[in-house]
Amino acid sequence: MSDLNQNFFEKITYRDALRLAMHDAMQEDKNIIIMGEDVANYGGAYGATKDLLKLFGKERVIDTPISEPAIVGAAVGAAMSGLRPIAELMYVDFFGMSMDQIANQLAKIRYMFGGQISAPMVLRTQGGTGRSGGAQHSQSLESWIMHIPGLFLSMPAKPNDAYHLLRHALKIDNPTIFIEHKLLYNTTGTLDKREIGTPFGKANILRKGKDVSIISYSRMINYAEKAAEILEKENISVEVIDLRTLYPLDRETIINSVNKTKSALVLSESYYTSSVPSEITSIIFENCFKVLKKPVIRYTAEDTPVPVAPNLEKNYIPTIEKIVEYIKKLCN
Amino acid sequence: MSNTLLPKLYKTMKRIRTFEERVSELFIKGESAGTMLHLSIGEELGPACVGTAMQENDTFTTHHRGHGIFVARGGDPNRMLAEIAGKKDGYCKGKGGSMHIADMKLGHLGANAIVGGGIPTVVGAAMSYKYLKQERVSVAFFGDGAMQQGILYESMNMASLWKLPVVFCCINNQYGMGTKIENAVGVKDFSKRAESFGLNTLYVNDLDVESAYHKSKEIIDSARKFKPGFIEVECYRFYGHARMDKSPYRDEAEESEKRKLDPISFASNQMIKNNILDETDIKKIDDDIMIEMDRAMEFAINSPINEETEIFRDVYSEDDPMPVSLDKKINKILNN
Repeated sequence: MSDLNQNFFEKITYRDALRLAMHDAMQEDKNIIIMGEDVANYGGAYGATKDLLKLFGKERVIDTPISEPAIVGAAVGAAMSGLRPIAELMYVDFFGMSMDQIANQLAKIRYMFGGQISAPMVLRTQGGTGRSGGAQHSQSLESWIMHIPGLFLSMPAKPNDAYHLLRHALKIDNPTIFIEHKLLYNTTGTLDKREIGTPFGKANILRKGKDVSIISYSRMINYAEKAAEILEKENISVEVIDLRTLYPLDRETIINSVNKTKSALVLSESYYTSSVPSEITSIIFENCFKVLKKPVIRYTAEDTPVPVAPNLEKNYIPTIEKIVEYIKKLCN
Repeated sequence: MSNTLLPKLYKTMKRIRTFEERVSELFIKGESAGTMLHLSIGEELGPACVGTAMQENDTFTTHHRGHGIFVARGGDPNRMLAEIAGKKDGYCKGKGGSMHIADMKLGHLGANAIVGGGIPTVVGAAMSYKYLKQERVSVAFFGDGAMQQGILYESMNMASLWKLPVVFCCINNQYGMGTKIENAVGVKDFSKRAESFGLNTLYVNDLDVESAYHKSKEIIDSARKFKPGFIEVECYRFYGHARMDKSPYRDEAEESEKRKLDPISFASNQMIKNNILDETDIKKIDDDIMIEMDRAMEFAINSPINEETEIFRDVYSEDDPMPVSLDKKINKILNN
């Protein structure tokens, strides 16, 4: 990070935007701590907490044992008792081990206890394919979280949103699951810290269009933008909607866009069945049924575990070529 | 000295190390599937002594740093390296990769990328053997990181309660990724934890592989008689967590000091000192291993890649339909 006190960054990585968000939030709020596997000395498996140990000390940036359920559970307890923890699970796949603490504890603290208390914390993690990490290190499990009432869920695609959403998540009184993507950390974009925090539940229309809407989030946004560029040359005008947060979900922007374009492709790297795209597709069918020219297309990863072999992994998730192909057919 | 197993144990350790060096080379050549390659260089003693003390029909699970254990249990380097390269001839058709090598024929019930994920598997395996009256032991191999996983203690309790032929084997290489063991545990004496579940325990913290073999064999033999056990082998991870990790979190002085504790050169010196083998004999062993592993690497590089349809195989049983590809699903909708 060049200058921590700078307000505007012409080009910053997604990783540094997150680091900066944690840095700024920790300076503002002395009760924010970071805890997780290798977050301190190592700086996080993907470098998102690099140097924070030096700046804030080991009381606030804490390496934990490899004990995923207790990492989440202890963060919940700390959040109920005056701290605002940022817990990190290295891979979203490890949610499998911590799901009781996430779904049965964290999500339900406020409701079960009749609103007496909340657990304001952020659980950061990352998912996605692209590194031949295989079946247990490459999944996109956001639907697990979106399914559970009580949790905010953020999956930013751009550095600016990563910064503002994380900052915002560290101010609100709800537990937030923050899912990054392993291939986004090195991507770059601008960051304007002076923007008033990106509100949760407000999608970003990255590109206006009139023929078809691509609704997506996280890394697939970059695929959507590239496909839209290609399609523009063929006179197909694509609207690209970056949801940014999946709970709260900006239903209005989705519905307005599809009412305008009259066709939609929902794009994600998750499995196909019972996925976030399944939910968004339902919303579109429920609300835009009369205007739709074609069925809504859910374009996701395959309904199989993630293969390691690079040639298989590459075609396991959506490709830009196929997005273009499907949209041409949609607009035919 | 004629009954010594030292040459055999030496050969196993040397094969493990040379194998891991080829894994690294595969990466350098750009032929590995990804960079999540966790080498066990420096940690060969545990797999060699416990692996050799197990019997032919015994089974095991391993962790993400498990190549060495499978080499010690007879894994074919050709198919292992092909798996690590993500190729068709790999043990799991290239779909599992380095962290998921498995071979049911050789009793390898699977490598795991979830810390502690494979530990309860051996409890279940041992339940089967006991019920089916098969004289087999199942061994879970894992690292010191997994000692902090609750599931280990749930598994130890079941093994103890049901008197199962199980051995829990912790290869303690001092680091859970970048976190030194001192920063991960309150009490370092792992045997005490196992003892509290009534398990037989063994703690190995020297470089004498043959003595470790005999002690390990006692633990495994009593497990066969339904006294479950726990073995901790202390060692040092010579290199980073995964292939890309240059270990900035530990200093070079520590590394060079600890790398002197090399079980392979120790065994080699032992053999020479005790007139078991001379330097020429040892060189011959090393050269043969080199040739074997070079060939395995060539095999992996030349192994074909999978057809695209392989993505959809093995999700369900062969009698059931494979998942339909998205392209088919989407085109069906679009062509309606």
